[in-house]
Amino acid sequence: MKTFELTRAHDNTQAVSAAAKATTAQQGAEIRFIAGGTTLIDLMKLNVETPQKLIDVNHLPLNKIDNLPDGGLTIGAMVRNSDLAYHPVVRKNYAVLSEALLSGASAQLRNMATTAGNLLQRTRCMYFRDTATPCNKREPGSGCAAITGVNRTLAILGTSEHCIATNPSDMNIALAALEATIHVRGTRGERSIPIADFHLLPGNTPQRETVLEPGDLITHVTLPPPAPGNRSLYLKLRDRASYEFALASAAVVVTAAGGKITRARVALGGVGTKPWRSTEAEAELTNQAATEAIFQKAANAALRDAKLQSQNGFKVELAKRCLVHALKLVTQPA
Amino acid sequence: MSPPNESDEKPEIKSHGGLGESTRRTFLSRLGMAGLMASAGSISPALGERSGKEQSLLSESKDAIPVTLRVNGKKYDLRIDPRTTLLDCVREHLHLTGSKKGCDHGQCGACTVQINGRRVNSCLCFAAMYQDDDITTIEGLGQPENLHAMQAAFVAHDAYQCGYCTSGQIMSAVALLKEPCGPDDAEVKEFMSGNICRCGAYQNIVSAIQSVRQNAKTQKPA
Repeated sequence: MKTFELTRAHDNTQAVSAAAKATTAQQGAEIRFIAGGTTLIDLMKLNVETPQKLIDVNHLPLNKIDNLPDGGLTIGAMVRNSDLAYHPVVRKNYAVLSEALLSGASAQLRNMATTAGNLLQRTRCMYFRDTATPCNKREPGSGCAAITGVNRTLAILGTSEHCIATNPSDMNIALAALEATIHVRGTRGERSIPIADFHLLPGNTPQRETVLEPGDLITHVTLPPPAPGNRSLYLKLRDRASYEFALASAAVVVTAAGGKITRARVALGGVGTKPWRSTEAEAELTNQAATEAIFQKAANAALRDAKLQSQNGFKVELAKRCLVHALKLVTQPA
Repeated sequence: MSPPNESDEKPEIKSHGGLGESTRRTFLSRLGMAGLMASAGSISPALGERSGKEQSLLSESKDAIPVTLRVNGKKYDLRIDPRTTLLDCVREHLHLTGSKKGCDHGQCGACTVQINGRRVNSCLCFAAMYQDDDITTIEGLGQPENLHAMQAAFVAHDAYQCGYCTSGQIMSAVALLKEPCGPDDAEVKEFMSGNICRCGAYQNIVSAIQSVRQNAKTQKPA
């Protein structure tokens, strides 16, 4: 591991101005905020991340979960995954988020990992993690070893000829279906970013994963009030029953009355280069009967643009079945 | 590692398992007890035994920073390289070698310790970031003459073979007692999935944990 200077931020302003001296907030950043450390320290040990300066943000006052006047919820950036998953309001009003969090990692890692950190979780693509191989995300222009290599777990949606790395987060998939907003404090003040716009497609610049700029500090995430009468769930399919990343997952938030779907929000995990909201699937579901035929149409729409690699073609059918089953479960009589 | 005193060890084994004298099981139980005792032992003999060569390997880094840690209720003033993980710090600097390094990437759970009563992977913590916290390692849980109920249950249920993952398993299992884990074995398995056992002692680990939970329930006033 390359050595670094460790400092502690005592307030948000100090954190922002210290981090603003970096030339990028993306891959290769010389200055990094460190919270739970579960991604960053792992990648520093692999020399994939080599920051010269770490700013410990664990002591910033960003660890609260509060109800909003409009009925929504605000979640501090430093709220740990386990605390968020077990929060009574999250369990009651945003079940999909609680389930997604508890399906990810282990109890130890969930005690460490934070809300903001999970938004910035890095891909598990083995070539990104291995500095002996080419990777356009880690080292722009070096090539993609995954496209011609072992790509069974990698993405089928949102890929480019330069990168097929999967976004590994479960939390992000639930936040996409819940239409969360990310609140950022930067050198030019505060701004709010809908989660759909927060992560970037790899395109020609896979090293750029989010819209964050140097100095940008995620302060909190807000959730809109739960849609009246909605039910939600997260279904995750993987090689092991626990402590494994998704091959395919589905976050669904559905309101149905008298067997008819009036509102649907759908996001897929394990298949996209970013948390994959499927408005195509939502359009097929809205104002339709909650039947398997309709669910299948929605699943076909969600995977219509899938681009397969040599080993991950199975993910198309797996993701479709995952979504169909999730929709079945969420619309079946209580 | 010196073998534990026979006379100290025998009553523990008998009281928990009543196992035969010359079986493989007894032999392994004793190995396990040796591990537990070594873990819980005083740090001073280990320091004294270090050779000159070993000490030179631990010579101070040019980037060393002052760090104060509170581990098992004891305060330590150290100078360590900022790259030092909490795991390496407790093992190499405090000579508390009960916490084990397995994968060193947060995937196996052998390094599990508790920070302010919550279980974490100490291999993914920089020690210098935890100066305001109460850190508990396996050495702070129980002592050879006064095992924590979970340590005793692991012995009684034969919840290990080689013992390498055991301190991490126990630290996780003790934390689990305060977590919203459902009553079934399946839920215990899910809550313990961050601790990998290469020997495959999983069923006995679940039995040990369930026995402690059952005892805690029956001991609660009605």
